[in-house]
Order: sequence, then C-alpha cells, then structure tokens
Amino acid sequence: MYPEELQYTKDHEWIRVDGDTGTIGITDHAQKELGDIVYVELPKAGDPVTAAETFGTVESVKAVSEVYSPVTGEVTAVNGKLEDHPELLNSDPHAAAWLIRVQLSNPDEVESLMSSEEYEAYIREAESH
Amino acid sequence: MRYLPNSPRDRAEMLRALGHSSIEELFSQIPEPIRFEGRLNLPGPLSEQEVLELFRQAARQSSRKYASLLGAGAYSHYRPAAVDALLSRGEFFTAYTPYQAELAQGTLQAMFEFQTLIAQLTGMEVSNASLYDGSTAATEAALMAMRLTRRNRVVVARTLHPEYREVLATYVRHLGTEIAEIPYTPSGQLDLAALESSLNKETAAVVIQSPNFLGTIERCGEIAEMVHRSGALLVVAVAEPLSLAVVNPPAEADIVCGEAQSFGVPVAFGGPYVGFLATREKFVRQMPGRLVGETTDSEGRRGFVLTLATREQHIRREKATSNICTNQSLCALAATIYLCLLGKQGLKALAEHNLAKAHYAAGQLAAVAGTSIPFAAPYFNEFVVKTPGKAETLLRELQAKKILGGVHLERFYPELKDHLLVCVTETVNKATLDRMVQVYKDFSAQKKVGAAAPAAGPHPVGQEKA
Repeated sequence: MYPEELQYTKDHEWIRVDGDTGTIGITDHAQKELGDIVYVELPKAGDPVTAAETFGTVESVKAVSEVYSPVTGEVTAVNGKLEDHPELLNSDPHAAAWLIRVQLSNPDEVESLMSSEEYEAYIREAESH
Repeated sequence: MRYLPNSPRDRAEMLRALGHSSIEELFSQIPEPIRFEGRLNLPGPLSEQEVLELFRQAARQSSRKYASLLGAGAYSHYRPAAVDALLSRGEFFTAYTPYQAELAQGTLQAMFEFQTLIAQLTGMEVSNASLYDGSTAATEAALMAMRLTRRNRVVVARTLHPEYREVLATYVRHLGTEIAEIPYTPSGQLDLAALESSLNKETAAVVIQSPNFLGTIERCGEIAEMVHRSGALLVVAVAEPLSLAVVNPPAEADIVCGEAQSFGVPVAFGGPYVGFLATREKFVRQMPGRLVGETTDSEGRRGFVLTLATREQHIRREKATSNICTNQSLCALAATIYLCLLGKQGLKALAEHNLAKAHYAAGQLAAVAGTSIPFAAPYFNEFVVKTPGKAETLLRELQAKKILGGVHLERFYPELKDHLLVCVTETVNKATLDRMVQVYKDFSAQKKVGAAAPAAGPHPVGQEKA
C-alpha cells in the first residue's frame, strides 16, 4: 500500500528524496482521515521550509489541517494542478498530488523519518487505540 | 442581555471552590511585570435611578433641534420606524450569533440577505456577514490583500478617511509594512501620475475611497487597470454606501469595503457602526469574518449554514486571519431591514434626492461672494466649500442659527484651512439650506465692510466619531 521509495512522518506526510531534492506530499491515510479535499494552500517557490514546521494547509469538508515539512530547505516547485483539482489528493496522494519540491539543506534529516513498513505499523498502532 | 452581578459572598464561594484565598492568588499565574497595579479609574456603583439620571443628562447634551450638515464618515439619514420595531423582536435582539449557529435559521437568513444586498450594491461576487466598522473593514481589506499577494506594502490615497488611515497604520505597526500616501489633484481626486510612480513589485494593495473624504468620485476603472498592471489589488472603501444607488459600483476593484451605518443605523455618540467587505469568489478563503451560505437540508428544504466554518477563528484560533467577532449582527440586521424597506427603486430615489439637494446647496453657496467650491470633480451628497473668511467663525454663526454647518477640514488637512466639508442628506430641508446660504451671504457682507461682529455662542462643533 505505502510505496517503499517514500519516507514518512508521524504527521502523515511523505517525502521522496532524489539526490538533494525532495518531493513532499500527504499520505493515503491522511487523505482518508480528512475526507473530500476542497482546497490546498501552498507556499511559493523560493520560500524556506523547516523540518517539523507547517508550510501549508489542506482543507476538506470536515477540517482545515496544517501540513508539516519533513525536511529543511527551499521550495523549488509547487504543484499548480492542485489549485483547480484539490480532489487529486483523494485519488492519487502518493504521486500526482505531490505538494511541493524542496532543495534539501540538510539531507541527513531524512534518516530520522519512517520507512513504509514502519509507517504502516505506526498507523496500525494509532488505529488500534 | 442580562447583567449578572456577583456579591462578595458569591466571589468568596467561587474562590473556595477553586481553592484560592483571594483574587490576587487566583491571578498569581499572570507574571508580575505585566499585572496592572493600582485601582481602575472607574466610578462606584449607582442605583437604577441614578443610572437613568446619568444617561438622561448625557442625552440632554445632544440636541435634536439642530440641522446637521456633518458627514465625514457618519451620515444622518431618516430611519423608518419599522427598522427599530423589527430589530427589537426577541428573536433578533442579541448581538451574538449562537455558537450552534444552524439552530438560529432566522438570524442566519438575515445575515445571508445582508450579504446578498451588499454584493448587489458593490458589484462584487461575495460579501461577508459584516465587520466592525468602515475603518477596520478597510484595514482588513488591506491585510487580506497582503495575504493574497504575499507582499508587504500598502499604498493609500490621502483622500481615504483620515481615521481609516490611522486605524490601518495602527494595525500594521508591528508587521514591518510600508505605507505610502498618494496626494490628490486640484480636482479633488487621486493623483494618477503619483500613483503610477509609487506602484512597485512590493505593493500588495492600493486603498482608495469613493466618494472620497473630500466627497469626489474616483475613476475606479482607470485606477484598477493601473493597479492590476503592477500585480497589486485594488481596495475601494465606501463610507457613504447610499452613493452606490446612483454611482456605478466599483466592480473593477478586488475588494470593496466600507461603512453601512447610512443604512438604518443612527448617528449616535461614537457608534455603533457596521463594516462590510465584499470581494471576488476566488479570494473568499482569505476573506475575514463569517460567511453564511444557502443550502438544502436532508429533506430538501432551503436552509442556511455558516460556510467555510472550518476556517473560523473559534475552530482554528491560532491561525485566525482577523480578530473579527460576531457582535455586529444587530447593526447588519438594521441595514438589511432598511434596504429591504426602501427597495431598489426607493434607494435610488433617495440617492437622487440626496444628489439633487447637495448640488442645489453647492450651487447656491458658489454664488455667494468670497465662497467657492474648489474641487471640480463629480460628487454625491458631500462637497468642500471654501468659506468667505474664517471657517470657525462662520461655523459659530451657523450654529447660532441652529445649523451644524460642516467639518472644518483643517483638522485633517492643514492645507485646507477655511474649507468646510458639507454633507446634505434628505434630513435637511430646502428652507434650512436657504437659511444656511443666507448666513454665508451675511457673513460675506460683514467681511466686506470689515465689521465682523464677535460671534456669540458655545464652541464650534466638530464631528466626533469613535
């Protein structure tokens, strides 16, 4: 279910690292919990992001949620498709509905994130409570 | 709303329940340096009879025998008796929206109607359910534009209400926002050349007023084009929204905001006022305040809900975009009732009446020796008069004839010494206007023979607006 090439945060974001670039999104679990997503608010290219701090919001019919960055760096690209098609986050959260691309300033940060296996265990644990 | 006092015994009981021996102990959590020391400067308690007498005395200071030509952001209009009659109904007579808002369908429907009326008047797509007043609405509009453009510079017209400018400056004082001011031309309108050269890539918003503080109507379409070329948003503040019934609404703007006091809210001693803010649908998520939407319930019946409530400040408090609360609902309701009572034709007829009367008065004044109407641009019900001699003396003479003759503009614009801002609404009849013109004539004649009699009477009257 959760792609092995991605790494995960406890706040339900994922990151795909490719050299010193990271692509960031929210997980399938996050989109299911939120329900129908109607609006996404993102930073703009050039903005700084900091590990464990918010960089945007995702609004569903139920709630507005903060999105936290898994890493520190600078935004290099923003997924413009989400402006008109926020529902992509419900249908394809791990690929087409990526949120931002970031130039990593500290690639070591990624090591503290969870693997797909660890994340699956983490949400199973959370759901059993 | 009921006043629920508590006695010393009640307080002792509450402290006991909390496990504290004194109020000071209860507040000990608050750091010492920021605690207020000493006693509040408040008078002691009064009995019901004493309170009534206090207010009666205050009310006596305000006389109804004067004809008022004061405007400058607060407008005297006739209020049909039905406004207060409907407003005072028990179902409506609270300032607050219940937190389980959908329970109060009547209140929500009234707010929805207010939004609809404001959107229609301003030519915008969506309006919120009211803001605090015109000054904070203009400020919220500027802050909204800053969020939308992610820029931190605001350009304001010098003809934006001076108090609106002050409120804006106060709000952004700690945000590092640069505020630039654009002068007005000899015609009393925004200086477009100065605007053009002031716009840059940092500019989030241009805030103008129309009709502006000097009464003249701005060329909003032309200004919008210029502003949009720089990537900034245009905010148009409207302090006298009755003008929107005869002047083209500033539909080219991105945000239209202002003061709705003209619609059924009396000019009282500093308030209350009621702000509005309308915009394009694409900006709605950055709009401050509440928004009521129309929907259907599970049985297909028409109903009303608070829309975008997931973004509301009581849910996401730490992320709130403004400090706007709910307590303007009653004034917004007054405006809704007023506008519905007058209707489209009625409002237009009233606006035309204001327009005609103001132009009659200006025409008569312009014919008085030594008097002139300095700004040539079109105006609605408010205009500037250059007085024949000292404005303060003339105001005292008008006051002696039971006329509050206008606002001396020197108070806000040092360069406009001996210029009065005069507002003529339907509350002033033609006989009064002719009496005013006669005072100007007599004053002008006295000046000529150089025998101005020392004027009797109390201090000149200015306009007080909280």
